Amino acid sequence: MDNLTNLLHGFGDVLTPMNLLLALIGVTVGTAVGVLPGIGPAMTVALLLPITYGLEPVQAFIMFAGIFYGGMYGGSTTSILLNTPGESSSVVTAIEGNKMARAGRAAQALATAAIGSFVAGTIGTALLVLVAPQVVKFAISLGAPDYLAIMLLAFAGATAVLGSSRIRGFAALLLGLVIGLVGIDKVTGQERLAFGVPQLADGIDVVVVAVGIFAVGEALWVAAHLRHNPGHVIPVGRPWMGKADWRRSWKPWLRGTAFGFPIGALPAGGAEIPTFLSYATEKKLSKHPEEFGHGAIEGVAGPEAANNASAAGTLVPMLALGLPTNATAAVMLAAFTSYGIQPGPLLFQRESSLVWALIASLFVGNLMLLLLNLPLAPAWAKLLQIPRPYLYAGILFFASMGAYAVNSQPLDLLLLLALGLIGFGMRRFGLPVLPLIIGVILGPIAERQARMSLQLSNGDLSGLIGGPVSYVIYLVLLALIAWPLVSRRLTRKRQLVDA
Amino acid sequence: MSESAAVEAGPAPGDRAQYAVCGFLALVGALVIADAARLKHIATSNDPIGPKPVPVLLGVLLLIVAALYAVDVARGGTGEAEAGEDVDPTSPVDWRTVLLLIGAFVVNLALIEPLGWVISGALLFWGSAYALGSKHHIRNLFIAAGLSLATFYAFAIGLGVNLPAGVLQGIL
Repeated sequence: MDNLTNLLHGFGDVLTPMNLLLALIGVTVGTAVGVLPGIGPAMTVALLLPITYGLEPVQAFIMFAGIFYGGMYGGSTTSILLNTPGESSSVVTAIEGNKMARAGRAAQALATAAIGSFVAGTIGTALLVLVAPQVVKFAISLGAPDYLAIMLLAFAGATAVLGSSRIRGFAALLLGLVIGLVGIDKVTGQERLAFGVPQLADGIDVVVVAVGIFAVGEALWVAAHLRHNPGHVIPVGRPWMGKADWRRSWKPWLRGTAFGFPIGALPAGGAEIPTFLSYATEKKLSKHPEEFGHGAIEGVAGPEAANNASAAGTLVPMLALGLPTNATAAVMLAAFTSYGIQPGPLLFQRESSLVWALIASLFVGNLMLLLLNLPLAPAWAKLLQIPRPYLYAGILFFASMGAYAVNSQPLDLLLLLALGLIGFGMRRFGLPVLPLIIGVILGPIAERQARMSLQLSNGDLSGLIGGPVSYVIYLVLLALIAWPLVSRRLTRKRQLVDA
Repeated sequence: MSESAAVEAGPAPGDRAQYAVCGFLALVGALVIADAARLKHIATSNDPIGPKPVPVLLGVLLLIVAALYAVDVARGGTGEAEAGEDVDPTSPVDWRTVLLLIGAFVVNLALIEPLGWVISGALLFWGSAYALGSKHHIRNLFIAAGLSLATFYAFAIGLGVNLPAGVLQGIL
């Protein structure tokens, strides 16, 4: 019941006219930017960081909550109306959603996406309220070696599950870890990889890394391959659903939520797996399997719900353990640290009112999103027609402004460009960007935990492996690493049998 | 089945430019090790391993990954270039646009402190729009100026974000 009281306090903080206005601005701007083609939720949050710089932490996070869900919803609008999703988590929505739009059912596709996102987001946030404090209770009992194991699991999850190529994922992770090394070593005060540049002594700001890799890298990459006849945008009226659509949507929403939240909450989860699982399930359970591939509403309702629920799920490890598991959570974490707030088990004790205000504003933002998006969908659709030179020039413009504003030093702009070029190269050669950003954020923490573990064991390497929790995690890790080797063996055997 | 396996095993004419990535990774690895080598080894009871082992480990791993990556490329492995709403993956890299964008970026970087955000930001936007093929040069100038003025007033003056006023100090 303690949590309920805390949550009510959180609502008390949010429900003031000023804060509601901030939430509304967050939701609106988040959706507007998220709708823009080529801008996914992570880039939306990264580009909008500067608008929160002048605010108090609580107010900033109220706004963030709106930007977070707004950016997610904006992305799905793009994939329904344009068919070429920028984010891997919206791929599935585009399959059926765009077919529906082409068949003149864009209004229903957007409606089931909006209402499904609302349902899944609300249930997901409620589950967050229930689960996060339990995870915190568990996490407080963990020692440094256990944390180290969790960090290593997050590294493995980001490189192995997502990337089709492990070697490329691992290369990206290592680059991120190296970027994380730059600056003064906190324990001994020695400079590492700073090359005597005083501005590098404090390290490279995570916000600069995120904006460089996500925004500048993406803008340069798209600019290099700009389509000269942008995709066809399907005109849309006000979203609505008939009775039959409701009947066909509500179960997929709930099932999608059931897939999305738990998988999103895992340290190696993400949104891709639950959206695909949800799609496959709906296809199997549907009474109209023949409609799949031609615009089945279940194929939009389920994956959209799964996508949003997994986003709520990723907030569990992010808030309770300080562990980002997708790109959006990674950028949010960067925002936390720029306020000097370190997410993790102690966050719920130290910054209790902040956390609960954030959670309360997730509920509020979600509701605003629903009220806003149904009537405003035609306006969002217009944003898709923005001339591409302005869109990408605007991304570079806001990226530069945001990166400069972090520390007011032109050197950050140089770093931003260098990171943008790395991001460009990664997109060209198919290196995933998520492991890099996770490496930058978690690398320094993992090193600190490792050194603390060794301090406890007086430098004996056995100290790196702690209690039962770390044993279990290392077993999972081993399975994750060994699985492709085993499965390759199996398929080879099967091939031999077939031959 | 066996045919496809044979194709996989044989040397395929992969994307040779990928060797540049291997080279880059190896270079970073060497740099990290070289930087770690000049660190003083400080081991105390508080911190038995000091700041050295982690960079050395990362450097070695980078060298190993660079080598494995090269093996993968030699076997014909390729990474899948990223797709997106506005990306035409079949077109070759348009270097002219990329270099012009980098140019606009560098102009902003060089001028932001002496001239201020309003001027350097406007040049950045105008230059980027030009690089990306917009033909409305005069109209773009107005949009660029409007955007940088609006952001300056909203963020620097309204929200207290640090953006330099530069030569326009006192006028804005």
